[in-house]
Amino acid sequence: MQEFLQNLLNGIAAGSIYALIALGYTMVYGILKLINFAHGDVFMLGSFMGFYGAGVFARITGQTGAPQPSWVMAGVILVLSMAICGFFGFLNERIAYRPLRNAPRIASLITAIGVSFFLEFGGQFVFGPDPKFFPQLVEKHLLNIGGVATTNYQLIVLVVALFFMALLQYIVYGTKFGRAMRAVSYNFETASLMGIPTDRIIVTTFVIGSSLAAVAGILNGLVYPKIDPLMGVMPGLKAFVSAVLGGIGNVPGAVVGGLVIGIIEAFVGGSRFSQFRDAIAFIILIVILLFRPSGLFGKYQAEKV
Amino acid sequence: MKKRYLALSVALLSLTLVGCPPKSETGGAGGGKTASTGDIVVGEYGSLTGNQATFGTSTHNGITLAMEEINSSGGVLGRQIKVITEDDQSKSEEAASAVTKLIAQNNVVAVLGEVASSSSMAAAPVCQSNKVPMITPSSTNPDVTKKGDYIFRMCFIDPYQGPVMAEYLVNTLKVKRVALLTDNRSDYSRGLGEAFAGRFKELGGQIVVTQSYAQGDSDFRSQLTAVKGANPEVIYVPGYYNDIGQIASQARDLGITVPLAGGDGWESPKLIEIGGKALEGCFYSNHYYAEDPSPEVRNFVDKYKKRFDNQMPDALAALGYDAAKVLADSIKRAGKTDGAALKDAIGQTKGFAGVTGMITLGPDRNPIGKKIVIVGIQNGRLALRQTIDPSAQKGATPVATATSAPTDTTATTATH
Repeated sequence: MQEFLQNLLNGIAAGSIYALIALGYTMVYGILKLINFAHGDVFMLGSFMGFYGAGVFARITGQTGAPQPSWVMAGVILVLSMAICGFFGFLNERIAYRPLRNAPRIASLITAIGVSFFLEFGGQFVFGPDPKFFPQLVEKHLLNIGGVATTNYQLIVLVVALFFMALLQYIVYGTKFGRAMRAVSYNFETASLMGIPTDRIIVTTFVIGSSLAAVAGILNGLVYPKIDPLMGVMPGLKAFVSAVLGGIGNVPGAVVGGLVIGIIEAFVGGSRFSQFRDAIAFIILIVILLFRPSGLFGKYQAEKV
Repeated sequence: MKKRYLALSVALLSLTLVGCPPKSETGGAGGGKTASTGDIVVGEYGSLTGNQATFGTSTHNGITLAMEEINSSGGVLGRQIKVITEDDQSKSEEAASAVTKLIAQNNVVAVLGEVASSSSMAAAPVCQSNKVPMITPSSTNPDVTKKGDYIFRMCFIDPYQGPVMAEYLVNTLKVKRVALLTDNRSDYSRGLGEAFAGRFKELGGQIVVTQSYAQGDSDFRSQLTAVKGANPEVIYVPGYYNDIGQIASQARDLGITVPLAGGDGWESPKLIEIGGKALEGCFYSNHYYAEDPSPEVRNFVDKYKKRFDNQMPDALAALGYDAAKVLADSIKRAGKTDGAALKDAIGQTKGFAGVTGMITLGPDRNPIGKKIVIVGIQNGRLALRQTIDPSAQKGATPVATATSAPTDTTATTATH
């Protein structure tokens, strides 16, 4: 029982990071029908911005050596990393995707893969291919809740992830911008005829998605301190599977999908079949595509001919 | 439109510049590299960057130090030795192409490398088919030298290293229950895990749970949860240093307090930097101990520290140094740099006094009876726990000789 709860907790913590990344996939897909394969690498960029941000913060506040853990620093680098990744999302959309808005969809998809490679290998060039170790942002404490061992880090991940998911839910369903976003996603042309500034909506969606990836990057660095320029590949793919599982284009679906993948992985990783942990997400992808291509929460839409 | 053509032509131009290396004039088996004047060119490939970056840089430093010494004392056969180094970024697929380049383009007479067994196994067939001798300083998987008669090694092998740790656990620490956690992407880790488990079970021990992870993973919590549930006394993790630090730290997060044990893949100046306090009380088998009082080791450590900015040499640096010295010695004995002659000379290496112990190569091109040490991590430093040196004693079977721990620490304590 304890082992069950332990795996469940580990799975939820890992899954909430997948969920944050999956939100970016699903939002962009919902609005542009584009799978932004560079999204996992934006997550990597977020981690690295946090890593360098912490170094700069320590330098500015006059510390020597490794950055000392503090909540102020954690907050500052989170905002900083979100801002930088948000700006990257803006550039990405303006430079790479907007010129292809009316091109066949496959062109955008190939461009997304190109941007992904640009970030991965550009990252190896700029940051260096050696793994780096994320500084401790806040003091680490071991906790024991009813026999389940955890750290305050895992709880921070949960709380911060839930906060940003709730915020996104509010933005999408509770604001004027969100209504416009849903309108664009429902029908691009009609929305633009109704006077919705579609270009601005789309670029803002990219900015939001990329900043969420930055949050995921920082949280990931907190719990799994090893970061390297290729770290975004696997989580990116798994987050993509999460989005498909939840029904791509569906915001709550991405959250549920991320958590489900995280939890399943934790249980597989803790079983006799631990060597299949990385494979399981893709097995799920195949099963979903075979039996319920629209995902758990997606609506089936007949293609209009 | 014009812009597009410009972009295209720039792309094509850069392709022609980057993509087409100058053609090498040779291609024959082992041919073309037997020029008898000028520098003797030796190739080195290693993980200078990437996941196992300290393996490559340490080995490279060891080789550099050895070659500088050889060259400053007149070189071999009256010629200087020049080392050309290729980085394989810790990837085995890159290792094969790095070695292909060294042989085809640089016409090297011999190749030194790698540390990771998977990389050595990827590169060895290239050396074998080109008849260029290859010496791996520190790949311990037995299959590496089985790739052919041009492949040699300087270190002990896993079927020896694993059982030594099993014997240490059973006989010295009286441990009966061990959890095994292996890296399923590494030939080294799987091989060493099996070798350990086999001997451990023979000695009456019990492997309470077997789990695996993939190199470069960041989350080990689920495997460790299963390990915790099985309640072992020691967790044997024959992995690489980069993962070990994180595994230890996540194990402590989950409330696992038993020590971790491992093999020479742990050896890195980064190990303790990454793992920190989580590694206190853990231990691993290794090729040498840097504070060993023997004159060979002291002499090497002094020279190394002087040359490399006061850094402490690790075992991989020592093995890189030994491999380079053995190669130079073999060239001298062969009297020429022809592949087949050099291969025979390396194979005849006998009683070579290396930093990592006496090196005598057996018919399987592996050294016979190398020294092995078990080092523990105490107070954030490495401390010697046990030395087993078959070459110091007569007889084929390794006999454990427990040596006294260094003055400032007390021996043993696995009840951490």
